[in-house]
Amino acid sequence: MIVENSQSVLDVVVAVLLISGALMSLAAGVGLVRFPDLLSRMHAATKPQVLGLLLFLLALAVEFRSWALIPVLLVCWIFQLLTSPVSAHMVGRAGYRTRHMRRDLLTIDELDDVVEKAARQRKDDRRKKGAQPDPG
Amino acid sequence: MTVVAYVVGAILAVAAACALYRAARGPSILDRVLALDVVLAIIGAALATRMVVTGNLDNLVFLVVASVVGFIGSVTVARFVTDRK
Repeated sequence: MIVENSQSVLDVVVAVLLISGALMSLAAGVGLVRFPDLLSRMHAATKPQVLGLLLFLLALAVEFRSWALIPVLLVCWIFQLLTSPVSAHMVGRAGYRTRHMRRDLLTIDELDDVVEKAARQRKDDRRKKGAQPDPG
Repeated sequence: MTVVAYVVGAILAVAAACALYRAARGPSILDRVLALDVVLAIIGAALATRMVVTGNLDNLVFLVVASVVGFIGSVTVARFVTDRK
C-alpha cells in the first residue's frame, strides 16, 4: 500500500514537472509571436532552452529513478547551460550590429557609449594622422 | 499518465505552432534562427515526454545531440549575418 502510494505521488510529481516544462515552451512560443523586437524575443526564447529542459530532465530522472541515468542527464543540461548563453550572445551581438532591434524600447544602452567613444577616438586618430605629412 | 501525455502534447503543439509562425514571418534571419532554436527545444521536450510515457530511453542521445546542433546552427548564422557586408 505504501509502495503504491509513493508510486502515485511520484507519478503526480512527474506529471507536474512535464506540464510545467511544456508551459515554459508555450511561454516561449507566445513570447516569440507577441514581443516586438529581436532582443525581447530572445528573452522569451531562453525559457524552454534552460528551465524547460531542466524540468523535463527532472521528470525523466524521477520517472526512471536509476543512478546510471543521472550523469547523462547532467551532461545534457550542463552542455545546454554552457552553449545557450554563447549562442544568445552571438545572436544578440549580430542583432545589435545589424540594427535588428528597436532602440526606442531600450531603457539603457551601455554599449552605445562605448561605441560612440571608440568612434570619437578613431576620428581623433585619423585627424592626427592627417595633420602629419602623408607618407604614401 | 496518458492524459498528462495528451495535455503536454497539446501545449507543445501550440508552442511549436507559435514558434513556426515566427520562423515563417521573420522579419530578420536572426528572428528565424531564434524561432528554430525554440522549435528544436520543443522537439527535445516532446522526445523527453515520449521517453517518460513509453518507458524506454531510446531518444536520450538525441537530447544531447540536439543542444550541439542548435548551438552550432545559431552561432553559424550569427557569424554569417555579422560578416556580411
